[in-house]
Amino acid sequence: MWMLENAFLIPLIPALSFAVILFFGKRVIGSGRVHLIGITAVSLIWVLSLVAAFQWTQRVEHPSSDAIAQISVDDHGDDHGDDHGDDHGDDHGDDHGDDHGDDHGDDHGDDHGDDHGKAAMHSESGHGGGHGSALISPVVTSYSKWWSNGGVDFAIGTHVDGLTVLLLVVVASISLLVHIYSTEYVKGDRRYVHYYAFLSLFTAAMLFFVMAQNIVQLIVGWELVGVCSFGLIGHWWEEKPNTDAALKAFLTNRVGDIGLLVGMIVLWGTFGTFSIDAINTAISASPGTQHFALLVAACCLMAAVASKSGQFPLHTWLPDAMAGPTPVSALIHAATMVVAGVYMIARLYPVFYDGFSIGTSSINLMAFIGGFTALMGAGLAFAQWDIKKVLAYSTVSQLGYMVMALGVGAWTAAIFHLFTHAFFKACLFLGAGSVSHAAHHTFDMRKMGGLKKFMPHTYWTFVIATLALSGIFPFAGFWSKDEILLGAKVGQQSGYPLMLIFGCAVAFMTAAYMTRVVWYTFHGEYRGHGHPHESPKVMTVPLWILAGMALVGGAFNLPGPVLKPFGLEGLAHRVQTYAEPSVYLSGLGLSHPDPSLSMALIGLGLALSGIIVTYLYFWRNMGPKGLTERNKYAKAGYTFLENKYYLDYLYNDIIVASIKKPIANSANWFNQNVLDKAVNTAGESARDSGRWIYKWIDQGAIDGSVNAAARGADTSGEGLRTIQSGKVQNYGQLLFGAAAVLAIVFVIVI
Amino acid sequence: MVAQNIAFGIISGIVVLSALRMVTTRNIVHSALFLVAVLAGLSGQYVLLAAEFVATTQVLVYIGAVMVLFLFGIMLTKAPIGKSMQMTGTQWPIAAGVALMLGAVILYSLLDQFGSERVTEGGKIYRTADVGDEVFSTYIIPFEAISVLLLAALIGAIVLARKD
Amino acid sequence: MLLNQFLILGAVLFCIGVYGVLARKNAVMVLMSIELMLNAVNINMVVFGVQHEVVSGQVFALFIIAVAAAEVGVGLAIVLLLYRNQTSIDVEDFDLMKG
Repeated sequence: MWMLENAFLIPLIPALSFAVILFFGKRVIGSGRVHLIGITAVSLIWVLSLVAAFQWTQRVEHPSSDAIAQISVDDHGDDHGDDHGDDHGDDHGDDHGDDHGDDHGDDHGDDHGDDHGKAAMHSESGHGGGHGSALISPVVTSYSKWWSNGGVDFAIGTHVDGLTVLLLVVVASISLLVHIYSTEYVKGDRRYVHYYAFLSLFTAAMLFFVMAQNIVQLIVGWELVGVCSFGLIGHWWEEKPNTDAALKAFLTNRVGDIGLLVGMIVLWGTFGTFSIDAINTAISASPGTQHFALLVAACCLMAAVASKSGQFPLHTWLPDAMAGPTPVSALIHAATMVVAGVYMIARLYPVFYDGFSIGTSSINLMAFIGGFTALMGAGLAFAQWDIKKVLAYSTVSQLGYMVMALGVGAWTAAIFHLFTHAFFKACLFLGAGSVSHAAHHTFDMRKMGGLKKFMPHTYWTFVIATLALSGIFPFAGFWSKDEILLGAKVGQQSGYPLMLIFGCAVAFMTAAYMTRVVWYTFHGEYRGHGHPHESPKVMTVPLWILAGMALVGGAFNLPGPVLKPFGLEGLAHRVQTYAEPSVYLSGLGLSHPDPSLSMALIGLGLALSGIIVTYLYFWRNMGPKGLTERNKYAKAGYTFLENKYYLDYLYNDIIVASIKKPIANSANWFNQNVLDKAVNTAGESARDSGRWIYKWIDQGAIDGSVNAAARGADTSGEGLRTIQSGKVQNYGQLLFGAAAVLAIVFVIVI
Repeated sequence: MVAQNIAFGIISGIVVLSALRMVTTRNIVHSALFLVAVLAGLSGQYVLLAAEFVATTQVLVYIGAVMVLFLFGIMLTKAPIGKSMQMTGTQWPIAAGVALMLGAVILYSLLDQFGSERVTEGGKIYRTADVGDEVFSTYIIPFEAISVLLLAALIGAIVLARKD
Repeated sequence: MLLNQFLILGAVLFCIGVYGVLARKNAVMVLMSIELMLNAVNINMVVFGVQHEVVSGQVFALFIIAVAAAEVGVGLAIVLLLYRNQTSIDVEDFDLMKG
């Protein structure tokens, strides 16, 4: 398992590439060739991350004795000690304090007898989903004293488990494709070197982030990806909207960062350690004991998630972030960086699970924010004319979906959706970039249309990704979305009915707005000028690869019953088997719902009806003139769909007005008839008493004393005024003189 | 110890005399050069105290960088180079009184408090490596804060001083 | 060596610095006097570090040197700005705060 223990190499390579590109890119290598370095580095890490993924599956499939956590969830720490020598063991021993120190020191490996009873209970309740019984511990390497301050040691290291390798593969794959795609897209750009340097730095930061061993590293990686995002959104900073968008993204993220810092400090204060492994283990060993602290921490971290992953109400930066180059939008603002928040929830899941009582509630903050964001993002996506903004709001919506899934306890579904979403959303964004590349750098769908015949490759890949996003069988999105809906329906102890409604509505809306995008972009008449053309191979090949993943990505977590006819049940739920850190989650009693055919059919039916309704709508209004004809039809009568379509109109004129008017009327009546009368009566009596008070108390007693005080202040002010010369040296003389006099007083007194 | 005391005496004499001349001379460039003498003398005192790294830094930062900055400041503000009657303000007697009062109270408390206490001799000598260890372990956060402060000062100085 | 000989040297330099700050008219010279005061403090830091056999004294002396450098940079920038706006760096000319 060499790769898992030396995983630090993976972020190191793109970091080196960043340094080389930045310092030697322009002069030594030549700005036209810097992409070679970037692509080489990312190819290398792509291979390494695949190796890591393979080795992790081997670790799960054929666990050696040191890979299996002891049956007591308390004790899985001792195999780290065996693996990685003394410093890791010492680190844990020092940090944990009384409760956990014993279990983590490497020479205490055997005395855990008294924990067996409780642990057996945990492991039994934790395996409802029917995966293997062995709890595979993560590969944690740690250099226990990176730096220290005030007696607190800060470790640095890597924490590699299934979740990490899954993110490694996603980030490396998409980063590689985006690097290749960008060679054409930003060709001849005035800051080509800067662009590739930032791409490398971003890749390094994201990889560093996902394999963070402790929460301090999480913060460092989190901020690094934020900086890269800032730099790349403002890539064309000569134009004011771009710099504004970059600043907005940066500042909005700062708001969440306060939450991140406070949340991490609360975690540290509660558990006395920064190690993710130790925190998760401590919570899962004794769930519920630190509930309040975890609630505070989870709320604070939720603010960070809201800013980074574009959740309501801090989502506003994400659509503006589309000002950056399109491949960057694909890499950072759709597939990788924005899932950092989702990843952090998944990484510290025991904190959220315990803090928000996910197991026992039927609604909680995280599920609600996620569900609401999903609904709101999907709604806003209807009202956009900019193809990238539609996709941006779609991203907001889908991230909300993931957060909602985590909020209802469907850990695997959320991560699986993260995995599939990364591929098809990257495909959609790169497709949008390809369209814009062809159609004279516009993203306005009103200037597109009919591009199907000009750019067939882009069209078909876009359609495949759209179907995947909409959740049509058998594309990737179908499987992951189905699992989320199922998770919301079944929940843990009780279902999450509101989340299920949100999820179903979003499934319908997603299909509808994506069909609208496909319609406006690729069908009908071409409404732009000039002659659009298909993008070169260097752009279409990555599109096809991503479309391929959108097509087959669902195969990684197929439910058992689907595979049963083929005799491949052993391959069911691979993401769940490999990625889920059951060593942490089993202690929480996380259960997995059984696959449900009816739920899958409902989800599929909603998506299909979304597509069909939108298709019919556009088909009926197609007409010979397309765009102009639509307004005429709109005047004839409003259908439900059209109201959906004019979403901003709906928001402003119908909902707001309809709520505003009756409330305003009734408030007016209440004001005139009830409040006014009461106020008048009170006013009259107050006036009478006021007159009396004015005459005797105010004029007589108070006014006199106030006037006297004012005169006194005036006189003394005139006197003190002369000291205020305005010259700094006079003030200095007074300062030092007064200090000297005081010192003399002290010397005499003491 | 005698040699050290003699060295201390000589250097202190130079330092104090230079400092006095620095605040009394009428030539601003001379004033800057007297400050160089004071700083160099203090560097010598640090060597006497076996603080080699501080001594080196004193020379590098103060005499090398800060003094050049001062000379640039004198040039850029077109201060009269050469003798000028206007170097000391009209309120110098008050300033002198305040300084003497302050000096008197400090001297009294020092003599009262430390009397004839001697500097620890033959104690552990901290070399540059020890200082480095301490800066990058115990004082890493203050160190980072200082670096941010320097960055802020750099940006602030540019923002203030540039012509726009 | 007496502890006091260093402390008194520092005290004398500090007071000379105070005099310079309070009496000099030229803003650059005021800044130089402030440097003198900071150096006087540095001596105390180092000598107390030696006295108590800790390295912190030297470390803080270094921090003070860094802060002083930052202070001189900003201070001179302000002086330049004053000179550009008022064509004078005589501290007695600036009395906008006069009451």
